[in-house]
Amino acid sequence: MKNALGGVDSVLLLGGRSEIGLEIVRLLVGLGAGRVVLAVRGGADPPDLGAEVHVVPFDALDVHGHGAVFAKATELVGDLDVVISAFGVLGTQERYDADPAAAAEAVAVNYGAHVSVGLHAARVLREQGHGTLVVLSSVAGARVRKANFVYGSAKAGLDGFAQGLGDALHGSGARVLVVRPGFVIGRMTKGLAPAPMSSTPRQVALATVAALRAGASSVWVPRALGPAFRVLRLLPRPLWRRLPR
Amino acid sequence: MSTFLTGWGCTAPTPARLARPRSVGHLRELVASAPRRGVVARGLGRSYGDAAQNAGGLVVDCTGLDAWTFDEGGGLVTASGGVSLHTLMTALIPRGWFVPVSPGTRHVTVGGAVAADVHGKNHHRDSSFGAHVRSLTLVTAGGEVLTLRPGHPLFSATVGGMGLTGVIAEATFGCVPIETSMMRVDVRRTADLDETMAAMADTDGRHRYTVAWIDLMARGRRMGRGVLTRGDHAAPAEVKEASPFAPGVPARAPAWVPGGLLNGLSLRAFNEVWYRKAPRRRTLTQGIAPFFHPLDGVEGWNRMYGPRGFVQYQFVVPFGAEETLRGIVATLSEHGSPSFLTVLKRFGPGSGGLLSFPMPGWTLALDLPAGGRGLSGLLRGFDRRVAGAGGRVYLAKDARLGAAMMAEMYPELERWRRIRDEADPAGLFRSDLARRLRL
Repeated sequence: MKNALGGVDSVLLLGGRSEIGLEIVRLLVGLGAGRVVLAVRGGADPPDLGAEVHVVPFDALDVHGHGAVFAKATELVGDLDVVISAFGVLGTQERYDADPAAAAEAVAVNYGAHVSVGLHAARVLREQGHGTLVVLSSVAGARVRKANFVYGSAKAGLDGFAQGLGDALHGSGARVLVVRPGFVIGRMTKGLAPAPMSSTPRQVALATVAALRAGASSVWVPRALGPAFRVLRLLPRPLWRRLPR
Repeated sequence: MSTFLTGWGCTAPTPARLARPRSVGHLRELVASAPRRGVVARGLGRSYGDAAQNAGGLVVDCTGLDAWTFDEGGGLVTASGGVSLHTLMTALIPRGWFVPVSPGTRHVTVGGAVAADVHGKNHHRDSSFGAHVRSLTLVTAGGEVLTLRPGHPLFSATVGGMGLTGVIAEATFGCVPIETSMMRVDVRRTADLDETMAAMADTDGRHRYTVAWIDLMARGRRMGRGVLTRGDHAAPAEVKEASPFAPGVPARAPAWVPGGLLNGLSLRAFNEVWYRKAPRRRTLTQGIAPFFHPLDGVEGWNRMYGPRGFVQYQFVVPFGAEETLRGIVATLSEHGSPSFLTVLKRFGPGSGGLLSFPMPGWTLALDLPAGGRGLSGLLRGFDRRVAGAGGRVYLAKDARLGAAMMAEMYPELERWRRIRDEADPAGLFRSDLARRLRL
């Protein structure tokens, strides 16, 4: 249960190797969370997070297996106070241009699988009458750019899905928190030059946990990206398409 | 149709289906038809945290179970779980009787008083509510209606058991004869914490009711200064002008208050004024309502903390652990924690309830706005100090403790669990508090 000061007890992280996801889990454990379930591709040994940790095998593309992951997680720790949907693949636009099948598969992970996970999470949280689903969206989806439109379009879909789901859950006690980081300097973006207003996984995690405790429905990281994109969305397309990246 | 419920602190709302039975038969039907998420009883919602909430499940509002009788010969009240102490006082005081224990508000139900094993200003002499209960009627998970007496394991698990052993349908308890409706009260201002504690230790034995208000905002030499109040039911000769127990219509807090109205600045001013308006030393007669329930004079005072609500932190440390108490008061005073009403009291022996809060020692209660910076870490630090000293926090006030600390603070928890599991093997009786603390 979320307590009076915003602390939680149990966390399910889908994408159990996600740097941002694990950083959020570490912060929540530091604030009192006692039970963690990591849903990891292929399974793994439970890492030492300073709490009771369980690992459940999870394959994002095996959408028919998602229900069993949630069943196992609730069997292990009972109510899920926070569910973090953090899995994803980045890939470059050049690669997707050369291999449309890989592009479709990336979209299936970055969007389709999140739809399945999100709906399973919604069912569990709605029945519980409490809990928050954290969806890791991206500014890439706030307005899709030619430099990474496959990835960006999947995030745009995910962002819209998460907002719709949040509205659908309104009044049920369950909530959705949409996290929109800019460029995150980490394993996923290794070798890429950081964009303006970039952040680290820890900064994203700190902002996410603050938003969770405050009961917010969305958070931009850094915060300034919110107003920046409200303006950028209005930029005429001839200008927008000339942006270098 | 679900309703969002919170405790008195207005924090962490969760939805539940709310039902209000008018008879024990109806109550049994509701328990029998409880959903997968279980059921918990609720009275007047005066628990500060999540004790009477059940996210996604059923909450039974017991205030419709309101029958009661009084056996004047034995001084015994037999009341349904939903009868409030206010109702009982209004009827009993004119007949020369008083409830055995009254918490800081009389707007609590008998069921809630047993489930939280509430205490009052007379704990050092008379223990808690559960110690006065002669028998209980419990609607169990199996749908039975059991009558329990002291000594029965399920009785000890139900007194202080936070409603998790069943629904308390009825209780019979002893009352106290009084000669007047007035209190003879001795008020004394103290200069610092040592003086407050010494005065309480020295004179507790001479008064039925004692409590000290502490100015937590005072620092340095004046840290822990306070106003010590000691009272007894007045004899007829001591009362010049007896007024009947007739609490007026309370003032009403505004329906909506902006967050942060009660902040460091306004609370520092309040504490200063509260301290200064108290006489250095004075004896007076006072009505029962202003003596026992000053906050009942402002209806909805809990909303004054604004939309984010507030938390109460009440702990007890055994006698001998005075240093822990002093240390916590010093930390609060340095931290400048804006507590509105901080109360210090000495406890006597406990009632035997396995999860009952009181134990012989010092108890301090404070309330803090929930939005305060660093509050979570501050209170977790206190938890460790309290548990380390062999003390505990009060579940009826708690809204943020974790499961590990709970197990450390309540050594009888395992025994309580075994009794509960036997009475309710499927875990039908559940609350948000039970989930949070993994009871």
